[in-house]
Amino acid sequence: MAPRAGAGRAIALAARLLISLAATFFGLLLVTFLIARVVPIDPVIAVVGEQASPETVAAAVRELGLDKPLWQQFAIYLGKVLQGDFGTSVLTARPVLEDIARVFPATLELATLATFLGVLIGLPLGVLAAVKQGRWPDHLIRLLGLFGYSMPVFWLGLMALLVFYGQLGWTAGPGRLDVFYEDLVPSVTGVILLDAALAGDWEVFGNALSHLILPAGVLAAYALAYIARMTRSLMLEQLGQEYITTARAKGISEARIVWRHALGNALVPLITVIALSYAFLLEGSVLTEIVFAWPGLGSYITNALLSADMNAVLGGTIVVGAVFIGINLLSDLLYRLVDPRAR
Amino acid sequence: MTLLARRLLAAALALGLAPLLPLALSPPGARADTPPDSLLIATQIDDLVSLDPAEIFEFSGADAANNIYDTLVAFDPRDLGPLVGGIAERWSLEADGRTYRFKLREGLRFHSGNPVTAEDAVFSLRRAILLQQTPSFILAQFGFTAENLDETITSDGPHDLTLRVDKPYAPSFFLTCLTATIGAVVDKQTVLANEQDGDLGHNWLKTHSAGSGAYRLRVWKPNELYALDANPDYWRQRPAMRRVFVRHIAESTTQRLLLEKGDTDIARNLSPEDIEALAGRPGLKVEEDLKGPLLYLAMNQKHPILGKPPVVEAIKHLIDYDGLARTLLRGQFVPHQAFLPKTYLGALDEQPYALDVAKARALLAEAGLAEGFAITLSVRNVPERLQIAQSLQSTFGQAGIEVALRSGTAKQVLTSYRARKHELLLGTWGPDYPDPHTNADTFAHNPDNSDAAGLTGKLMWRNAWDDPTLSAMTEAALLERDAETRAALYREVQRRLQRQGPFAIMFQQNIQSAMRDSVEGFVTGGAVANSFYWTVTK
Repeated sequence: MAPRAGAGRAIALAARLLISLAATFFGLLLVTFLIARVVPIDPVIAVVGEQASPETVAAAVRELGLDKPLWQQFAIYLGKVLQGDFGTSVLTARPVLEDIARVFPATLELATLATFLGVLIGLPLGVLAAVKQGRWPDHLIRLLGLFGYSMPVFWLGLMALLVFYGQLGWTAGPGRLDVFYEDLVPSVTGVILLDAALAGDWEVFGNALSHLILPAGVLAAYALAYIARMTRSLMLEQLGQEYITTARAKGISEARIVWRHALGNALVPLITVIALSYAFLLEGSVLTEIVFAWPGLGSYITNALLSADMNAVLGGTIVVGAVFIGINLLSDLLYRLVDPRAR
Repeated sequence: MTLLARRLLAAALALGLAPLLPLALSPPGARADTPPDSLLIATQIDDLVSLDPAEIFEFSGADAANNIYDTLVAFDPRDLGPLVGGIAERWSLEADGRTYRFKLREGLRFHSGNPVTAEDAVFSLRRAILLQQTPSFILAQFGFTAENLDETITSDGPHDLTLRVDKPYAPSFFLTCLTATIGAVVDKQTVLANEQDGDLGHNWLKTHSAGSGAYRLRVWKPNELYALDANPDYWRQRPAMRRVFVRHIAESTTQRLLLEKGDTDIARNLSPEDIEALAGRPGLKVEEDLKGPLLYLAMNQKHPILGKPPVVEAIKHLIDYDGLARTLLRGQFVPHQAFLPKTYLGALDEQPYALDVAKARALLAEAGLAEGFAITLSVRNVPERLQIAQSLQSTFGQAGIEVALRSGTAKQVLTSYRARKHELLLGTWGPDYPDPHTNADTFAHNPDNSDAAGLTGKLMWRNAWDDPTLSAMTEAALLERDAETRAALYREVQRRLQRQGPFAIMFQQNIQSAMRDSVEGFVTGGAVANSFYWTVTK
């Protein structure tokens, strides 16, 4: 009977998960829809322009379905979203989904590399700071963290461009590629690094990476500061526990204690920290995108918002919300994987 | 850390970033300059929403179309004065003053290889009317309607086109309107091959091109870039720049950096600070060009105080035109006090007003307001406008006029403006097409000043200014057949408005394009036309 009970539990768990996912999505759709309807922006003006006659405005109101009761508008919208139709963007005259498929990979590429760099450098720094608590490495790392955390991203981005691109010439400038490399490799995933690797075109790959490294580095500075700070405090908490004293008494090497025992336990909450930092970067960092002329989700949503392009705003917000939900789910799963007690 | 995690980390280090760092950090191609046969432009193209000439009504789109499509008649980029032939080699006006006959050039071809015929021109102009997009009024104002197209826009042979307008308008008015983007001739066969649900190819043409111009569209990625390939067989001349890349770079500093590094040839949206920083830099130069948008102050004549002529005149003397231009606008707008932008037919260069507080005080005393008065000034809540409004607030204060700023979003300000509920208002106006009537019609034509008339498109009505003489002068200018006489009429209309009207027109936009000094022949088209890429050499 045991395996069947196990399978039953798994099914129940999956069902619970699905229901909670569906409920969260519904809530997300409802809230974004309502916010989009109550903001003091007139979507009709965005469509027909400022000089339109009253008849044109009335026709547009009918066409957009804005003359129907709010619940009915929502029901229609929900139905369309479920079929993958987010409407057409006023700003680009293309389906919102197509737009998002174009801008999201740019953000994904940037956020992933930034998070990767942030974890790669931030985590060991945090551990080091905890181990050397109160001594100069700790102070230095905390100072660096403070610096990374408090610099305005706009300023840091411009400075990075000025120094590494402008003065030293080590990296490529703004944008995702030099214009001459545009459309040389077929767009399969939209993530240029991947597409170039798939096509085996390493020149395009190098150019894309050279463009990516600077904005990713700037974003990584923030991720790094946050991850290092959180790692430090989580590690300090672990290092003060009795099991560490026990381990030391048993003569286990310090390296093993720090990296295996303490970090092993700190890793569980750290997953949430890293996931949140990743999700935050996936929203698109508007200012970084503007400085580096990076055509990502952040500037797409901002442009849309400023132009009252409500379909695009809604679509973009839903994607961001979905990313949050997805990453939360992923970190939950990872949590179970890393922490045996959660299984 | 588990063994697995540690191994993952090590693998990521080994496979991922470390070996790629040198690749990423080496200067790509170590290029000092852009290729000699390519033109790279860094600018803001986030206004670009469509590349269908029947729909384009934004600056970026008009720039692109100006290089992709030909019109029947055109402005010569080397001399933006008189109109020259485009697809039409010559034209004539019949004695009725309403029937225009165009003789099209022979041997022209679209990018597709299809010949350019009168049938394409008929299709393009009819299509512009039928699609009813925003700029369609530029053609519709000549009486073309969906119902009469069969009689008004016709061809009498492969190279003969006839257009019949509803009134004997000034020929310069009609012909100039044909130079607007809406007058572009599209490839009928190609466009119809891509028609969906009877949309006359509208959806397809938003993101593709079907023209006969110097360039064809290669790719357009919204808010990112568009790229054009030269048409080597272009009838005017073979473009020296084989490829043109126009990239969206929002930030002025980023544009400047690209220019300094030689990664772009032209940067079009530099701030005054960046322009000043580039001045005198070897290898770079800045070219200026006056464009159409005007900055003006409107005074609602419904307001009991603003309705007094000496008050209106006093206010015109309370604006620090030169000071604002020098300290705040710094080359991005230049003083200009008439409603026709310089480079328009009939533009007026006279600037009778300057900051003169004593004179303004005397005028206010004449109106019985020696102690001054309180008034509100509506303004859009963007930094540049607010700064100008604050300057006005300060100089008005010197004559005892206490100005309260009422800032709001563009829509809020516009809503109260159209409802004639503002008092003072700081506004901008950009001409819709390159003929003087576009601005005369809004600043100097108000046939019915009643609230019920609801002529919200006309600034003269919005400010409740009733001057039948002026309206009649504008109507007369519209029908004047001789271009010189017509220009003189518009100068008179502007002088009258300058003296008595409820507008203090203050500035005209001036764009500053910074470029490598090897770039020659980049024409941004003045106030009447758009950018030309096919004239560029470097």
